[in-house]
Amino acid sequence: MNIPYTVEERPDTGLANGKLGIWLFLASEVMLFGALFSTYILLRIGAPSWPHHELNVPLGAVNTVLLICSSVTMVMAWASLKMNKWGAHRGYLAATFLLALVFLINKSFEYAAHFRGGEYPSHSTFLAIYYTLTGLHGIHILGGMIVMAYLFGPGAKLWKKNPEQFTNRIEYTGLYWHFVDLVWIFLFPVLYLL
Amino acid sequence: MDNATTSGTVAHGHGHAHEHEHGHEELSFIWKYVFSQDHKVIGIQYAITGLLFLLFGFCLMMLMRWQLAYPGAPIPIIGGLLSQTNAPGGIMLPEFYNQLGAMHGTIMVFLGVVPLAVGGFGNFVMPLQIGAPDMAFPKINMMSYWVYFIGGVIMVGSFFLPAGAAQSGWTSYPPLAVITTPGLLGGQTWWLIGMVFLITSSLLGSLNFIVTIVQLRAKGLSWMRLPFFVWAQFVTSFLLLLAFPPLEAAGVLQLMDRLAGTSFFMPSGLVTGGKVLEVAGNGNPLLWQHLFWFLAHPEVYVLILPAMGIVGEIIANNTRKPLWGYRAMVYSVAFLGFMSFIVWAHHMFMTGMGTTMSAFFQTTTMIISIPSVVILTALLLSLWGASIRFTTPMLFALAFLPMFGIGGLTGLPLGLAPPDIHLHDTYYVIGHFHYVVAPGTIFALFAGIYHWFPKATGRKMNEMLGKIHFWGSFVCINIVFMPMFIQGLGGMNRRMYDGGMQYAHNAGLLKYNIVIGMAAWTLGLFQIPFIFNFFASIKWGALVDKNPWEATTLEWSAPSPPGHGNFVTEPIVYRGPYEYSVPGSLRDFTPQFESEKA
Repeated sequence: MNIPYTVEERPDTGLANGKLGIWLFLASEVMLFGALFSTYILLRIGAPSWPHHELNVPLGAVNTVLLICSSVTMVMAWASLKMNKWGAHRGYLAATFLLALVFLINKSFEYAAHFRGGEYPSHSTFLAIYYTLTGLHGIHILGGMIVMAYLFGPGAKLWKKNPEQFTNRIEYTGLYWHFVDLVWIFLFPVLYLL
Repeated sequence: MDNATTSGTVAHGHGHAHEHEHGHEELSFIWKYVFSQDHKVIGIQYAITGLLFLLFGFCLMMLMRWQLAYPGAPIPIIGGLLSQTNAPGGIMLPEFYNQLGAMHGTIMVFLGVVPLAVGGFGNFVMPLQIGAPDMAFPKINMMSYWVYFIGGVIMVGSFFLPAGAAQSGWTSYPPLAVITTPGLLGGQTWWLIGMVFLITSSLLGSLNFIVTIVQLRAKGLSWMRLPFFVWAQFVTSFLLLLAFPPLEAAGVLQLMDRLAGTSFFMPSGLVTGGKVLEVAGNGNPLLWQHLFWFLAHPEVYVLILPAMGIVGEIIANNTRKPLWGYRAMVYSVAFLGFMSFIVWAHHMFMTGMGTTMSAFFQTTTMIISIPSVVILTALLLSLWGASIRFTTPMLFALAFLPMFGIGGLTGLPLGLAPPDIHLHDTYYVIGHFHYVVAPGTIFALFAGIYHWFPKATGRKMNEMLGKIHFWGSFVCINIVFMPMFIQGLGGMNRRMYDGGMQYAHNAGLLKYNIVIGMAAWTLGLFQIPFIFNFFASIKWGALVDKNPWEATTLEWSAPSPPGHGNFVTEPIVYRGPYEYSVPGSLRDFTPQFESEKA
């Protein structure tokens, strides 16, 4: 049995199943992070005082640049497939993975510095929401890395069998990756700067 | 299901229901029935698991009803089986009563009704009704069921924790939920972990439903030719997709509060047991309520919309008439879905959130009642002038109309802040929402089981047993819930484990608890014919062909039961979903799948 429109687009909707699926998933993710951002706003409004400049801004800025770069390499990984350049695709996908890895390493330095200073989530409401938001975001980064590792490793075989489907998978991963990047673009000013 | 085909390409089948056919890829038992990717098997898995949870949740309630009817009396028969920590000598402790209450609500809503209505009926019927070979993502569909199953195991397993299951109500309001039985072994922690699984499951399911409905509709099946049931599932899926994530966020925050010592929901200076609680403070308990009800109000419509969908199908089929005002119903259901996102705080009039907020949410609540009334009116008017077939599914569907009507109308005073403040913490609220969900939704689900059972098994359920089940349940369930309005209007509080014996104003109201208890246990007895009928009919029910109800929608063009891949030939749709009694036609039904003058 074949499910229609797994690879090709349905003419009247202009979509393949996976494309619609990933957008719906992102919609629900918007609601998840939306609820957490609302929590941040409500807690901050209700707090008698709110700490400023508690976080390492240069490190945060470096991480922002890293993620933006990784979004660019992700697009290139997809575009290379569209231009049928397999080698370039491998390079860009690996670069995206490595940039994400460096992001997480930076993040772990940041966490470790806080823990050394005794700044655990229970310390204050600010740190509580900081750890929750960045922790959940970190899990999303990790999830993306697992998918990329799969598409770089065992999942890459699909390219030989069905290049169009493989290109679609890279595209959907990219959409997810841009979303994770976008969440950070909001997190950085909200937590580090404001 | 013994003759379900596993043929890789259904075009090879002959479509006869009882022809055992060996396809190209015969699957082993475990892949065919346990880790199946076939939407029909998954639907049946969901339905049976959901029914078992409904029975389990109902048993919890029957225990609670004993305690309310005869406070402090040892529970007969099974009292000795309960552990000494919960019910020493068979006498229920308040903590155990609270566990039963919290878990009754959780199990009924998240493990019983939604999995049956959406996971069961949605999975089984919807792809057939749109003429799809399966769901868009069969593997994700399988994962959705198993994630739900794990969530259910965690929830039920939490009864065996040292301090028992969650006991802070199905709404889990902090600070109570955070400070009760703290730590990793507290029931509340496992409630939250279980919820994360259930939310993940519904995310996977709803995403799949939407993609399937948008992408896999058969040729000719335009949006306004979709059966109303499909529309109801479509809107429901959007509610699940978008409303559940905020509860997931809230669940994560409450887990942080319980395990990492944060104070998202813990205000400063909270005193428990004579001691100031040592937390950072500055948290906001109302935040939980906002996040919770942002899910849980759309959840009400997740409970009711699939039921309306089922009732719509069955009424059209048994009145032999088109649904009255199909388009109005479709627009109403979409509007209902949208509005359900902006009425949540009408559950919070008691919290002192302010008159501006109350005014806004009162207004939206009054507005949302309009589309509900439109749908109910359309269903009612569909009966006008019809020669109705009083089959068992039709009886349940007909009973849905007044029962949901009572539930809806008694909800109106609760949507307005002034009467709500009087009624909110009383049995009136229990009566109100149970009328919507129990004789409303659950009756519709029973109707659906009797209606689609022939499609799933190739056999009909017994009508006589079905009618005993219906009339017994109908009478008992009204005796259960009707007195609650009287109790509630009298001011009887809904959270007391002994019914509130110490209050003078309850003196004349407590006697109803005995009546309610009797009716609840009798209601339990009347489910026995159903359970027997369900299993016996799988083996001995009257054999049927493709279309035993002479219905018009696409699922009745597939063999009963349909093989893997559903249709023998790719279905093409020629007309709207409810072309019954078309003037000039030879028969009183013209199916969607038959071309002109077929």
